[in-house]
Amino acid sequence: MGDRPASVRIHDFLEVDTGLTPDEAVIEAERCIQCKKPGCVKGCPVGIDIPAFIAAVAQKDFVGAAAIIKEENLLPAICGRVCPQEVQCEGVCILGVKEQPVRIGALERFVADWEREHAPKIPAVAEPTGYRVAVVGSGPAGLAASFELAKRGHQVTMFESLHAPGGVLMYGIPAFRLPKDVVQAEVDQLREMGVDIRCNHLAGASVSMEELDHFDAVLVATGAGLPFFMGIPGEQLSGVYSANEFLTRVNLMHANRFPVYDTPIKRGRRVVVVGGGNVAMDSARVARRMGAKVTLVYRRRAEDLPARKAEVERAAEEGVKFLLCTNPVRILGDQSVSGVECVRMEMCDLDQSGRPEAVPVEGSAFTIEADLLVQAIGQGPNPLLIRRLSGVAYGRKGNLVVDENGKTTRERYYAAGDVATGAATVILAMGGAKQAALAIDAMLRGEPFGEGKEE
Amino acid sequence: MYRVEEAKALAERVYQVWVRAPQVARHARAGQFLIVRIDERGERIPLTISAVQGDLVRIIFMAVGKTTRQLAALEEGDHVLDIAGPLGRPSEIQNDGRVIVVGGGVGIASLPLIAREARSAGNYVIGIIGARNADFLILEDELAGICDELHVATDDGSRGHHGFPADLLKQEISRHKIDCVWIIGPAIMMKVTSNVTRPAGIKTFVSLNPVMVDGTGMCGSCRVSVGGETRFACVDGPEFDAHLVDFELLMQRQRYYLEEEKESMEHYHEHACRCGEGTHHG
Repeated sequence: MGDRPASVRIHDFLEVDTGLTPDEAVIEAERCIQCKKPGCVKGCPVGIDIPAFIAAVAQKDFVGAAAIIKEENLLPAICGRVCPQEVQCEGVCILGVKEQPVRIGALERFVADWEREHAPKIPAVAEPTGYRVAVVGSGPAGLAASFELAKRGHQVTMFESLHAPGGVLMYGIPAFRLPKDVVQAEVDQLREMGVDIRCNHLAGASVSMEELDHFDAVLVATGAGLPFFMGIPGEQLSGVYSANEFLTRVNLMHANRFPVYDTPIKRGRRVVVVGGGNVAMDSARVARRMGAKVTLVYRRRAEDLPARKAEVERAAEEGVKFLLCTNPVRILGDQSVSGVECVRMEMCDLDQSGRPEAVPVEGSAFTIEADLLVQAIGQGPNPLLIRRLSGVAYGRKGNLVVDENGKTTRERYYAAGDVATGAATVILAMGGAKQAALAIDAMLRGEPFGEGKEE
Repeated sequence: MYRVEEAKALAERVYQVWVRAPQVARHARAGQFLIVRIDERGERIPLTISAVQGDLVRIIFMAVGKTTRQLAALEEGDHVLDIAGPLGRPSEIQNDGRVIVVGGGVGIASLPLIAREARSAGNYVIGIIGARNADFLILEDELAGICDELHVATDDGSRGHHGFPADLLKQEISRHKIDCVWIIGPAIMMKVTSNVTRPAGIKTFVSLNPVMVDGTGMCGSCRVSVGGETRFACVDGPEFDAHLVDFELLMQRQRYYLEEEKESMEHYHEHACRCGEGTHHG
């Protein structure tokens, strides 16, 4: 098991982490001490019975282990790969106090891959209830909610504006971190469960608000797809990409294989990526794979990088140069990018989010050569659908305001994932979506939900 | 899969395709566009919705690059893989009084829906269409049937006025009080033509067509500068106040992939020669 060598993997888009072999999985599973009060389950946003599935792995019952995971999570092959386990299940594993925590993420991925390749099993679906639910958006939240709703016998119609379901799993996360056939296989399970997935359907446009109103419930899971730009001079120059555009061209449209695929992309000899999150790491590593020298510019310190530590390390291994405590102030060039003017940042007092505030150092400006610049500085909710929804309350950042069950201020309309919470992780979106789906289920059945009831 | 119900050439290198896309047809309004992807390897390209009939939508395009060449080769019964839409904001049509719709070249394709809606809203609609020469002129009869008046210009004088649509627009403005103008065509034509209405401060819309990928506000590639602010043509547009648009920037961004477009065409020809596929794809 382990990562393919950096010198090899930067030439392709194949998966970096090769995963566990069956023997390795069993040995790893045997390390689990089966706590009486397992912290890992509490640390899991969708509440997988982690000790139970690991016990099954230790007994070499991989199919049984998969069934246990799928009780709570239809997308284990995805989550096993992209969840930040280090701050969730693995982060609270008792073994982590003295040695390494059990590699729960790797085990989840192993079990999911094993099941998919050897004995794929579609989760059982309850008797049809006759209720119809619209799920808008087919990203992590939409998928997780559809799964819960379909399992409970509701007829789910999922609307996706792009030509492929999966949302950020398809267009955002690169194949070397999340192979696209893995996403497709998990999406296909939903189809088998009877979910009607309508691609090329932009809700609010291809489906009117009146049509949405005809559903018994609507879950808005449109994510946070609106890219932020820094607002610095030179942003209109050709060669300035949002991370969304850069990653979409490559991941969804296969622009890295142009002209075999028709979508073009500028490869760039020297690429500057701005930002420090997972999206920034993904962009930098994609640019590396397309042959560029890559510099990642982040305004805070290494320990402040919001990206997963493992991905930061992998990016560094792959030759991404990190320029920390640095902030771009101007993009240089005539028509297209030729360089980036940056300033050094000094770390001062803690800001409102508890992070040290980065303040520019006077007279520290310097220039980096670049012919492409990718901005990965975050994204907000796409206002396209939600601004057409009447009777809903919006948060400060344009997100939909929801209660603890994902209910918006409009009857029968729920929201989950980044559109409700702001940009977060795949698994947090799924956790919220699951909660919303259960609330929708209760609402449709006319049962109480929420206060006084567990889950 | 979306079925092609009718396909034909309208003028030199200009083609008309009717395709079955109920979810688009049912909701399409004037000024909106759709995104087509022909096949698995195809790119997503935005095209104006030119007309709607039942479940069918009409697109009109000039075969200039690889994808439009492929589209031009489609015949009745063929399919395209994806059609998404309607996208963008509909034209802001109200009862203004006397309005003019101006189309240049393949931009004329956008006019029928706008002219029809403008008339239904109670406007007196004057159409002005122009092309390089008579062979490039499209939809003349159709627009003559929709507009209250239709005027034609060609650069070489082979049909109608010898000159540009801007000349005819100037004439109309000097004759009547004009309340609102739409100008749709190549960026340079929109830039020049919208200068005609600028001094009189006539409300003027242009429809921008920058490079686009998703068409739903996600990628930001279609960003344009309007009144000094960055806007996304796909969700804030595609129509904007002509007098506030930075056309130079639009044209600069439109040119960004010219080299790649050329490479794509070369690859297409090579591929077509090697395996015989595409010989009937023109």
